[in-house]
Amino acid sequence: MTEEVKSDGKRSNAFVVSPQKRKMQKLAKNAGEALLLGIASFVAIIVLFIFYFVAVDAIPYFQLRGFTEFFTSTGWYPAGEPGEFGALAIIYGSAMVTLGSALLAVPMGIAAAVCLSDILPFSVRQYAKPVIEMLAAIPSVAFGFFALVILAPLLQSNGGPLLMWTWWVLAAPFLLLAVIVAADLLSARFAQEENRKKMALLLQSLFGILAVLVLYVVGTKLNAIEIITGTNALNVSIILSFMALPTIVSVAEDALQSVGRELREGSYALGATRAETLLKTVLPAASSGILAAVILGIMRALGETMVVWMASGNSSHIPDPWFNYLEAVRTLTATIAGDMGEADQVTGSARYHVLFAMGLLLLVISFFSNLVSERIVVRQRKILSGQ
Amino acid sequence: MKRILLLLTVLLFASVDAGAVGGGVVIDGSTTVGPIAKSFAAYFKNRYGVGVTVSESGSGNGVKSLINGTCDIAAMSRAMKSREISAAATKGVNPIAHTIALDGIAIVVHPSNPVASLTRAQIAAIYEGRITSWAGVGGPNVRIVLVQRESNSGTQGSFGELVMGKGVRITRSAETHASNGAVKNRVSSTPGAIGFLGLGFVDGSVKVLAVNGVRPSLPAIRNGSYPVSRPLYMYTNGQPAGLVKQFIDFAGTAEGMRIVGELGFIAQ
Repeated sequence: MTEEVKSDGKRSNAFVVSPQKRKMQKLAKNAGEALLLGIASFVAIIVLFIFYFVAVDAIPYFQLRGFTEFFTSTGWYPAGEPGEFGALAIIYGSAMVTLGSALLAVPMGIAAAVCLSDILPFSVRQYAKPVIEMLAAIPSVAFGFFALVILAPLLQSNGGPLLMWTWWVLAAPFLLLAVIVAADLLSARFAQEENRKKMALLLQSLFGILAVLVLYVVGTKLNAIEIITGTNALNVSIILSFMALPTIVSVAEDALQSVGRELREGSYALGATRAETLLKTVLPAASSGILAAVILGIMRALGETMVVWMASGNSSHIPDPWFNYLEAVRTLTATIAGDMGEADQVTGSARYHVLFAMGLLLLVISFFSNLVSERIVVRQRKILSGQ
Repeated sequence: MKRILLLLTVLLFASVDAGAVGGGVVIDGSTTVGPIAKSFAAYFKNRYGVGVTVSESGSGNGVKSLINGTCDIAAMSRAMKSREISAAATKGVNPIAHTIALDGIAIVVHPSNPVASLTRAQIAAIYEGRITSWAGVGGPNVRIVLVQRESNSGTQGSFGELVMGKGVRITRSAETHASNGAVKNRVSSTPGAIGFLGLGFVDGSVKVLAVNGVRPSLPAIRNGSYPVSRPLYMYTNGQPAGLVKQFIDFAGTAEGMRIVGELGFIAQ
């Protein structure tokens, strides 16, 4: 191809390209396009093949045992005689750690992305972003090792104080901000012009006392918590949120960057403050990209295996009470990894196929959440371009 | 799909077999028997210059490999189940058990735990979920954290058989970990934990409980007074011959017994 271009260049003073040459060029163009198309469709076909092969081995399970037990029973005794294959508690465990990690990673990730794109000076951002992205390069087994050997004993020995300090560090600035904003908004709405300052001060001190009370009461409650086992849903949620963070930060930051200078400057020109610009202009404009970031991050947490296998405790039960993150849970991915060894077609058919049923379930979940996010992104784009 | 998988495995194992033809022995199976197999392998390497490959993937995997013809010896910390024997028969494999050592399963707790002895029935009740606090067995009022092994483990299978008894299931809230080392790590770092380990893995980081008043010791296991003990096996396909036979017979030699003893197991 390059040679062709070269020879073309040489002949460029003669405008006519010989028909033979033109044919060759067309052929090369078609061949190149076909190659790229082939590669692209190969990637798509891989996805279909994975779906197909997982489904082929998953369907025999449902033929053998039906759907009811898998989705409604919490009895998971695959090695028992007879075996029980109730995956409800395991599905619940997956949902629990995914939700937990999303609750931690999404606010942190979006806040970090906003900070990187709109607050930090460019020179700092140049260094900060690669460092955050480096989190993604740490092998998951290293995260798992950290969770099992360091975080779990730490949670057991100092879980209460640790939770209290985390609560203070996270909640104090947030509450301070909330107090100031709430006092401002309320005083602006209700008070007369001359009383506004006094009113704001009064409200601030009132809300301030309330906030300190909330901080203190929740803090002491957390401090009193004794964590019996450190390999629990909380531990895994924390680690998974670290693992989902680089994805969320990186993609969300790209989305915020792509909003562009014009919108920001337009907003400032209309007299908006930086906070107003961020909250009312930049974030809504980037919301589709941020949503994509969030879903990618959640998928990362849902699909992670090594960390949960090492550090979730792998108890196939629904915690009591159901929102108790301090109990061990078991996830779909860890079950597939842990039970694959002995589960062979030779020694137990349902036991083998049930793992594929779990794999299929994971595939279907990620497929649908991708589909939904795609939909939302498209709709968001339409709304934005329509305005 | 199965055919493709089969083809792939055959290809994969063809390469392993090629290694075996070169005079090596391939061992797969129990993580408990693993240290013995590895030490034997090191001895054979030094003494005869023969390569012995040892994989530790759990007793269940050992059976699988033996049935699929991908290993010469399946190291097992439990006897083969009838289902596995019939599965082997359908593939034309005739598994023969060779006892290479005895092993006690130590019931371990955190060093700070004041409880020193439990009966077999108490351990079963704890693992069944009927006793949930150490106060129920004469200890402090701390919730019991149950630690067990994954379903692949022969130690898990033996524990179920020897302690829980037939048809009694370990409660679903028991934590599951993937190796003797991981169980030891969890128990040594969790004050309320109870777990079980192959005797060879016990060290000072955990406290060993007496069962029915008997502490797991060499004489107690040999004379059968310690209730949670079991033989460790190596399974071969048919009567072993050549190098495989030499390897298995090694367990009965003075040198083999010395190695077994050094690893914390009890020689036959």
